[in-house]
Amino acid sequence: MNKDILICGVGGQGTVLASKIIASAAMEEKKTVHSAETIGMAQRGGSVTSHVRIGESYSPLIPHGSADLLLAFEPGEAVRNIKYLKKDGVVIVNTVPTDPVGASSEDNSYDASVMTDYLLKKCKCIFVNSEEVCKEFGSSKFFNIVILGIATGADVLGVSFDTVQDQLTKRIPQKFLEINKKAFMKGYEIGSNAQI
Amino acid sequence: MKEYLMGNGAIALGAMAAGVNLVAGYPGTPSSEIIETLSKYPHEGLHLEWSVNEKAALEVAAAAAYSGARAMVTMKQVGLNVASDPLMSLAYVGVKGGMVIVSADDPGPISSQTEQDTRRFADFCRIPVFDPATPEEAYVMIQDAFEYSEKYSTPVLFRPTTRVCHAYASIDVEDIYKPREYEGFVKDSKRWVIFPRLSYINHGNIEKRNVSIAEDLSSYGFNSVACPAAKKAIVASGVSYSYVKECLKGNTDVRLIRVATAFPFPESFMLEALKGADEVLCFEELSPYIEEQILKLSGRHKLAIEVRGKLDGEVPHNGELSVEIVAKILKEYLGEDIGLEQIDVSDSPGLPVRPPVLCAGCPHRGSFYAVKRAMQGKKAYFCGDIGCYTLGNAMPLDMVDTCLCMGAGITMAQGLDHVNEDATSFAFVGDSTFFASGITGVINAVYNEADMILCVLDNSTTAMTGHQPHPGTGKNMMGNIVDKVDIEKVLRGIGVKTVMTVDPLDLKKSVEAVKDCASLKGVKAIIFKSPCIAIAKPSGKCCVDSEKCINCKKCIREIGCPALAGTEKGVSIDMDLCTGCGLCEQICPVEAIRDLEGSRS
Repeated sequence: MNKDILICGVGGQGTVLASKIIASAAMEEKKTVHSAETIGMAQRGGSVTSHVRIGESYSPLIPHGSADLLLAFEPGEAVRNIKYLKKDGVVIVNTVPTDPVGASSEDNSYDASVMTDYLLKKCKCIFVNSEEVCKEFGSSKFFNIVILGIATGADVLGVSFDTVQDQLTKRIPQKFLEINKKAFMKGYEIGSNAQI
Repeated sequence: MKEYLMGNGAIALGAMAAGVNLVAGYPGTPSSEIIETLSKYPHEGLHLEWSVNEKAALEVAAAAAYSGARAMVTMKQVGLNVASDPLMSLAYVGVKGGMVIVSADDPGPISSQTEQDTRRFADFCRIPVFDPATPEEAYVMIQDAFEYSEKYSTPVLFRPTTRVCHAYASIDVEDIYKPREYEGFVKDSKRWVIFPRLSYINHGNIEKRNVSIAEDLSSYGFNSVACPAAKKAIVASGVSYSYVKECLKGNTDVRLIRVATAFPFPESFMLEALKGADEVLCFEELSPYIEEQILKLSGRHKLAIEVRGKLDGEVPHNGELSVEIVAKILKEYLGEDIGLEQIDVSDSPGLPVRPPVLCAGCPHRGSFYAVKRAMQGKKAYFCGDIGCYTLGNAMPLDMVDTCLCMGAGITMAQGLDHVNEDATSFAFVGDSTFFASGITGVINAVYNEADMILCVLDNSTTAMTGHQPHPGTGKNMMGNIVDKVDIEKVLRGIGVKTVMTVDPLDLKKSVEAVKDCASLKGVKAIIFKSPCIAIAKPSGKCCVDSEKCINCKKCIREIGCPALAGTEKGVSIDMDLCTGCGLCEQICPVEAIRDLEGSRS
């Protein structure tokens, strides 16, 4: 079965690793997979997306209205990208906003609750606060692995728990593996208990 | 073996499967990963280099191809402008070993100055061009490009676009790299020395040969027709073909013609493909090249066919195409709705704008800010260049008044100086750009007596394109440690008398250096030297003493570091982003920012 997964966030949040893990897990399960990423100037603090397409597809980018799942590392970016989502698609979204640079002058900062309220009105959502769930790991940088765990636990990723965990072992340096596995399990629990 | 590869990786491994003997290039998005991929796979017997610029790369490769070796050159589309001088001549001379020039186009443009079309360059030079639609195709097509190059003794262009270069797919690749055997250079001045007489003769031969190539390409497998009986036809090329296929899923009532080789235009293929069609709609990014060829064809052969596309305004001239744009146009053309049902987002709340910015801790921020501080209240012009430091234009730094092309900042500062006597002209150039095309500009300034200050932002890497080494880094792509070319010595050697090297993260000393230079006549240079923060280990972290912070936000207003955020209670520093560069610390008027205890190693 085809599965389109869009990952979005702000440059530097670790979206690329998340997409690589999903793609290689799908390959491991002998599925056809394609993906595409934002590379270049926009990586420097701009909005970034990764498109992962499992199953037969032609366009390297997911067409609007086609994504089964949106993994949003930032609430404003989730809203920016829900045009990609299918009508019955699922959004897993970090509720902690990343203020745009210069937001400090107040006019470009925004209210994250406006974004989460809007998402709730439009689609099926799982909300998660990256600061709270990542507290025990010491950095929000582990959120990319947590969110993969949530998607796996909620059974919306299209690849199995075992293959994703295998990919963590293959792709993450030994030194950081244990903590990343914990982050993945933490997400898995959240996902398993989520109501969507 | 199966590999999950980026389009650029597919091009790299495809070239290896073709036994390529030498690959040279200059980094540029979206082409940079081709050479990077090659360096990561076992490649004994392959000469691999980041050349100093695209012109150098092409000349290095041309001589290898004269020797019968297979050679590949990689660059982005604007790099082809730099390499166009040798390429135009090489097209007349031809090659012996297969030679493929990969020039990656960037519709959008996403990371480029122009939306130029490499297929037009192929036409201009009169050499073949291949246009892959997917990474899978790119792997096969690059090998075909080498075959055609050798068969017709001509350099061949290969033109992927961003969405092909940066898309990933699983590809079955050759396990072992076997470099081609070749004869070596054989002297033959009638063949390898270009003279007017040779160009005259070869010009005629090339036009004749191109007729044969067009015939040959008319049966090329990637030029294809589906559903040839339909009255309505669509022509597509490159990634646009993938978009059309995505839209047409299941629809078989339209004739889909794909052109993978725009030049020499495969006329007999197209005549056959269009037979019996009433109208044809062309989808191609950048210029309406194929559309124009079909119009020419229909004029010469008096075809009763309506040609639609960019030229009649249906398909946009600028920007990328997408499934959405193609679907909308196809809906009109085919009279059926082929789009997907979408969530209504017409009531979306306003979203924050996120322009790209210099990273937290980027030393360029210090360089720009020091010049800004030193020249406060004085009339000065700031000529920028191509690289991360183009981002110095963003507020609040606002330190880039001009930016044109690689190396232009240095020479434009001279032009500004010659006609604006009351202002001080500055040029900002990165280390890699300095080597690529900056040095001749400095010589020009010395020779023609310009008054200017050159600021070399030396972060010891080619940062914007993904941290490639260059002559100043002491490493090359053969994995060897080599002598570093010293920028300060180069500048002194070409006649710059005042050359200062400072640490841009030391604000006081940097401002002093700029003030000193501004008081002198002639060409002065300041090398702001500090490693790119994306590859250097951060030196520590800064923190705000909330007791002392008066919430004036001067730090944020002056330097706009992404790690700084304003809150009601005062400024806060994002510990995940801060690298401890200390620039904000030097700006704070009440000394509220300091090193986080124990963060310095």
